[in-house]
Amino acid sequence: MSNEQIKNLEEIFEARIARDEKIEAKDWMPEKYRKTHIRQISQHAHSEIVGMLPEGNWISRAPSLRRKAALLAKVQDEAGHGLYLYSACETLGISREELYQQLHSGKAKYSSIFNYPTLTWADMGAIGWLVDGAAIINQVPLCNTSFGPYARAMVRVCKEESFHQRQGFEIMLKLCKGSKEQKDMAQDALNRWWWPSLMMLGPTDAESVHTEQSMKWKLKRKSNDELRQQFIDQTVPQADLLGLTIPDPDLKLNKQTGSYDFGAIDWDEFWQVVKGHGPCNKQRISARVAAWENGAWVRDAAMAHAAKKEALKIKIAI
Amino acid sequence: MDNNWPLWEIFVRSKNGLEHRHFGSLHAADEEMALENARDVYTRRNEGVSIWVVKSSNITASNPENNGELFEPAQDKVYRHPTFYKLPDQVKHM
Repeated sequence: MSNEQIKNLEEIFEARIARDEKIEAKDWMPEKYRKTHIRQISQHAHSEIVGMLPEGNWISRAPSLRRKAALLAKVQDEAGHGLYLYSACETLGISREELYQQLHSGKAKYSSIFNYPTLTWADMGAIGWLVDGAAIINQVPLCNTSFGPYARAMVRVCKEESFHQRQGFEIMLKLCKGSKEQKDMAQDALNRWWWPSLMMLGPTDAESVHTEQSMKWKLKRKSNDELRQQFIDQTVPQADLLGLTIPDPDLKLNKQTGSYDFGAIDWDEFWQVVKGHGPCNKQRISARVAAWENGAWVRDAAMAHAAKKEALKIKIAI
Repeated sequence: MDNNWPLWEIFVRSKNGLEHRHFGSLHAADEEMALENARDVYTRRNEGVSIWVVKSSNITASNPENNGELFEPAQDKVYRHPTFYKLPDQVKHM
């Protein structure tokens, strides 16, 4: 194809998206659209998969059967969300094996929030309340994104995500109504998860390199700073209800805007964690790689069994 | 030996009376495992009463680049629609 023809196709393509038409996997698309989507969808899938690890730590330590069943169901949902997203990503022509390879080698990123440790049971509450809360704010607009398979996966994800946040808030509520030690535990979890949750909504608009293109392709409907403000404004009253203090001395309701002003975010910490120097980066990836490698014989055995069954079917047919 | 599990397309009937609808895809070693995985991945909240699994490599799909010759012939056949036929207002129930 000549450069002129490609330019023409790109214009038609951009116009389709501007008209709110969906792009499906077999449609012509600019190489950059394909690459950007593979990057974003796979990052999203990896985050779901790695996100199971900090919580998995607490399944066997949940304080009651009710909590254990809920946490188990939540972690199972995350596995499911990872699988919806991986298969949406594969429609763009990348194999599952390659996607895993990128995660395991560190080439692909996942949400940096999962590189923080889960030290107490209250962390299960704080993660559901804050981390899933921030994730919902990030994800809801994606239900209308331009790439059909991604949008459909996100509709399913968002439907299931609300239970995650509610069960987290319920854990916090219970702890806050409990003994002093329990309430202190809840406060400590909020202290540790608050800032990483704000960072989770991405670098400030001035630093965000992909925003403009992503807006055009409807991979993004609002900027990172707008989403962060929305998250803060909806979360502060929830913290008040719990009787907890948000660990930000500069947090204050701005009467003019009706929004909360907040203190400076430590972006150096954010970039350190993104670059692999967070408290648990190594632990998370090595747990993931070990799970994959230790499961290899099971995957091989399943394929051998499938081949044997197939051969038997053919033998009977003859 | 290539030991990667093949890809399967998953179709779920939400309830009796409705058709099976494409829900997504997943990897599994064989059809039995594809059904079991589909149950876990796509019907954790009573989303279905019946599942079909089809190996993705068995699906033949049309190419959107050929949409012109494939679908356009239907566009100029307005006489396939009831509004093409003009009847006097006195005619009722038609």
